[in-house]
Amino acid sequence: MTAISVRGLWKAYGERSVLERIDLDVDSGEFCTLVGASGCGKTTFLRILLSQERPTRGTVLLDDQPLPSEPEPSRGVVFQRYSVFPHLTVLENVILGLELQQARWLGRLFGAARRRALEEGEQWLAAVGLTSSRDACPASLSGGMQQRLAIAQALILHPKVLLLDEPFGALDPGIRADMHVLIKDLWRKTGMTVFMVTHDIKEAFGLGTRVLAFDKVRRDPQAPDAFGATITYDLPGRGDGAEDGTLIPVHFPSKPARQGV
Amino acid sequence: MRRLVNRRPGTAGAAYLAALPFVLLVAAYLVGSAARLAENPNDKLLPAPSTLGAAIERVATQEDLRSGDIILWTDTAASLERLGKGIAVSAVIGLAFGIAVGLIPYVRATLAPFVAVLSMIPPLSVLPILFIVFGTGEAAKVVLIVVGITPFLIRDLALRVRELPGEQLIKAQTLGASTWQIVLRIVLPQVIPRLIGALRLSLGPAWLFLIAAEGIASSDGLGYRIFLERRHLAMDVILPYVAWITLLAFLLDLALARISARFFGWAEVR
Ligand SMILES: Nc1ncnc2c1ncn2[C@@H]1O[C@H](COP(=O)(O)OP(=O)(O)O)[C@@H](O)[C@H]1O
Ligand SMILES: [Mg+2]
Repeated sequence: MTAISVRGLWKAYGERSVLERIDLDVDSGEFCTLVGASGCGKTTFLRILLSQERPTRGTVLLDDQPLPSEPEPSRGVVFQRYSVFPHLTVLENVILGLELQQARWLGRLFGAARRRALEEGEQWLAAVGLTSSRDACPASLSGGMQQRLAIAQALILHPKVLLLDEPFGALDPGIRADMHVLIKDLWRKTGMTVFMVTHDIKEAFGLGTRVLAFDKVRRDPQAPDAFGATITYDLPGRGDGAEDGTLIPVHFPSKPARQGV
Repeated sequence: MRRLVNRRPGTAGAAYLAALPFVLLVAAYLVGSAARLAENPNDKLLPAPSTLGAAIERVATQEDLRSGDIILWTDTAASLERLGKGIAVSAVIGLAFGIAVGLIPYVRATLAPFVAVLSMIPPLSVLPILFIVFGTGEAAKVVLIVVGITPFLIRDLALRVRELPGEQLIKAQTLGASTWQIVLRIVLPQVIPRLIGALRLSLGPAWLFLIAAEGIASSDGLGYRIFLERRHLAMDVILPYVAWITLLAFLLDLALARISARFFGWAEVR
């Protein structure tokens, strides 16, 4: 099934073209990695998939429906920084999505509903290896742990598509390898579609089932902003994560049957 | 010889240095007072410590002949009540409008320039209007404090809201948050520590407006007393009152700082 279908996408800020002529079909469950020079529009593309920006021209379909006009839970996101909330503990960060979904007015659960949410949250903390930090505040976590938290926080709502913008760019190489194993494993078990921007070519080919390279094909030396970038290479990745070592067996929480959600 | 910028006092040294200006001030007062009194025993400008002590005892422990109250305490209660009401009302308005202006583009477009202009009005210049509109009762004094500090609170809090990383607001939306839920769960908890900080900065102006309003039209309060005693050149009452107001202001500031550290530790870690 096609998860994301992009047709004739253009994006310009005023006179400045950032993306042009992008056509793309991504099947449900693919792991796409996005590479390209800094400033060539990868983040912009992700923002469009998130509905944070609107295309200047062209259409984007999600499961054959036009993309909703605002960010919402069908597409989860992890940014390089600032994805978690500093005023909430680790566990509170993870269950926030459940609370917002289930308590329309207060955004807060109480009693049995809260206990159920906390249980689900703890399973996700276990899945990303943060159980021992459940009551810590995010500022006291290392960068890698904050990204684990951001991932758990996004995944608890079981988004169809997960968008990652250089999520491991600020991490040490050793930590990054651990994160590769984790994200790979979560991707396999959830079957979600992933788009991940990275600067690391090895990471792009090792993790992705598909590597999308962004670059400008038309250039005007007199007007560097006249043309935007498009997808110049669409290559199969190894997508097995083997170079990063063996998969750690994590227990992955399944989507619970919930009424009215 | 190490550079001056690299030399630091130890803990004990810092304590001595901090005490030094206070000690010097008191010493200068005592010397000046003694000198003036030696020249003219009826001098009222710098009363002797014994005169100050007697005045303090009178205002703090004896009933006033005219009203039958112990004036230091009734004045303190009256002033703190006005100050408390003014600050509470300002905090609520500042929080509501600060968040709305900071978070919601339509509200910002509508109100930000207006608030910017309002904040330029010298609050004391509207005091006569307040007396005309509200009479010379309690309301005018509380409203003066509100008029005086609310525009600053709104602008400061709106700025704080806009400083929240945009990623947080997007992330919240991907978790299904409505605008109202974003306010309640994301923005409000993160700006309350900022509100406390802004209130600490507003305490000085709030006292200024309170004392001005009390000095002009009131029948009790710390400001009223100071202005009343001025007519009698009663420095022996005015000086202790000023010291007392300073102490109250200091304690309020300290209390807000403690509340912030105690309940919003996460905000200090960053
Ligand atoms: N809101 C905006 N207004 C104007 N130009 C923008 C805006 N956002 C991004 N750009 C420009 O679009 C180009 C692509 O940016 P971005 O998508 O962040 O690149 P990448 O993520 O590939 O490094 C950059 O040149 C940037 O300056
Ligand atoms: Mg980018």
